[in-house]
Amino acid sequence: MSETFDEATTIKRRTFVAASTAAAGLPLLTSDRLPASASVSTPTPADRHSTVRLTVNGEQRTAQVDNRTSLLDLLREHLDLPGTKKGCDQGACGACTVLVDDRRVNACLTLAVMHQGARVTTIEGLARGEQLHPLQQAFIDHDGLQCGYCTPGQVLSGVACIAEGHTGSREEIREWMSGNLCRCGAYTNIVSAIEQTAKEA
Amino acid sequence: MHPFAFSQVSTVTAALNAGARDGRYIAGGTTLVDLMRETVERPAHVVDINGLPYKDITVTRQGLQVGSLVRMGELAAHQEVRATYPLLSQALELGASAQLRNMASIGGNIMQRPRCPYFRDVHSACNRRDPGSGCDARHGDNRMQAILGTSTHCVATHPSDLAVALVALDAVIHVRSLDGTRSIPVQDFFLRPGDTPRNEHSLRPGELITSLTVPAGAHTRRSGYLKVRDRQSYEFALASAAVALDIRGGVVRAAKVAVGGVATVPWRLPKVEEALVGRRPGRRTWTAAAAHAAEGAVPLSENAFKVKLVERTVRRQLMTIGGQ
Repeated sequence: MSETFDEATTIKRRTFVAASTAAAGLPLLTSDRLPASASVSTPTPADRHSTVRLTVNGEQRTAQVDNRTSLLDLLREHLDLPGTKKGCDQGACGACTVLVDDRRVNACLTLAVMHQGARVTTIEGLARGEQLHPLQQAFIDHDGLQCGYCTPGQVLSGVACIAEGHTGSREEIREWMSGNLCRCGAYTNIVSAIEQTAKEA
Repeated sequence: MHPFAFSQVSTVTAALNAGARDGRYIAGGTTLVDLMRETVERPAHVVDINGLPYKDITVTRQGLQVGSLVRMGELAAHQEVRATYPLLSQALELGASAQLRNMASIGGNIMQRPRCPYFRDVHSACNRRDPGSGCDARHGDNRMQAILGTSTHCVATHPSDLAVALVALDAVIHVRSLDGTRSIPVQDFFLRPGDTPRNEHSLRPGELITSLTVPAGAHTRRSGYLKVRDRQSYEFALASAAVALDIRGGVVRAAKVAVGGVATVPWRLPKVEEALVGRRPGRRTWTAAAAHAAEGAVPLSENAFKVKLVERTVRRQLMTIGGQ
């Protein structure tokens, strides 16, 4: 536990140092303006950072990020939204699933800087005050989780699966939810939660 | 991940200028970001091309035209594509996951790099990643590797399902650079590893894929994709078969067959096609034709099972598409 904490602190400190170093006179890369060092093999420190402005869970957010920052790390490390989970960090598990402009994506495989002006929904943005999203409630009712680590990704993916209309049968739900792994094996109940929510939607 | 400069472009000229200066195009990012994190890819400048206008799907009597920035999920869901080119929508929906299909572009899909674990691990020898370093896959964990189109330098399978369907359907890739435009038949687009496994495709530096076209034909409606894999969904192919048949008057008039999961490039099967054209559809024809599927195969220590598997995959898909 303390190890995880230390690692997170280190990352945050490193990001902070990098961001502060770059802050002075940081050129904002507008459309079609290429960095001066575009053809140079090693980009200058200023070129390695960007300002990202986007809407997350209905709120306008702005962050200075190293260009390497994934959308997942932007959410977790810069915007203090740790509900979106990092599982494999290589697009194989779906734990990082969020909605970008209402479409489900893996936040680990996309760069934060590619989402200027985007509208992002994370697990923190699904409930209305104390009122859970129907699919969140259905996960509780059907016991659609054990350890809970994959749950935020499962829920966001399930919300999209229902909106896409891929809920005609349990088999169809399983196929269209195959991008979300659950190592506890709660699949049967996850499918039930999605099936019920789709019927009531 | 190595540091890089990043820019977004909204005009084709700006994109091509950046491409000519070693800018690396990014669309969905599902391959590139992943490989950058593994430091297999180390671009100094990444150019986001999502602002370019290559996003249309057009179905006409001549065929299908798809912009390179169309997403996999979008093309798969297109109603006319589903009706007229079921092979394409099936190949797309049997690939990756719903999330990845929302992200990955059509142009990026055919530019996918190998999934070979030794290619992805910078501490392993890999001629494709580091020419001359050797190939740890040949005598290593090679169950998933190719049996067709391999060389002593590389045995990695091509990962794309869509590309197998495109090769079967004689698609054409349209590209643009500061020097102008050109069109590349998809068969010539993918390069076998040979002595230069690093060269995976025939794009020149700075060239940008703008669209691909698929010619219309009587065979496209009677077509489909079968993918055999270790788990039912969200997995790469052990063997796959793209089949399109034109059957009229009780005779096979045209046959298009390609296989995936077994070769270093999407693999067309002209001998299988020759054994189909002019024959009566039926189990005997399918079995005789499918017997040619693995001709020329060179299995490795752990993947000899793919020889029979690809024959049976082709036969089963011929039965499904052509009837018993």
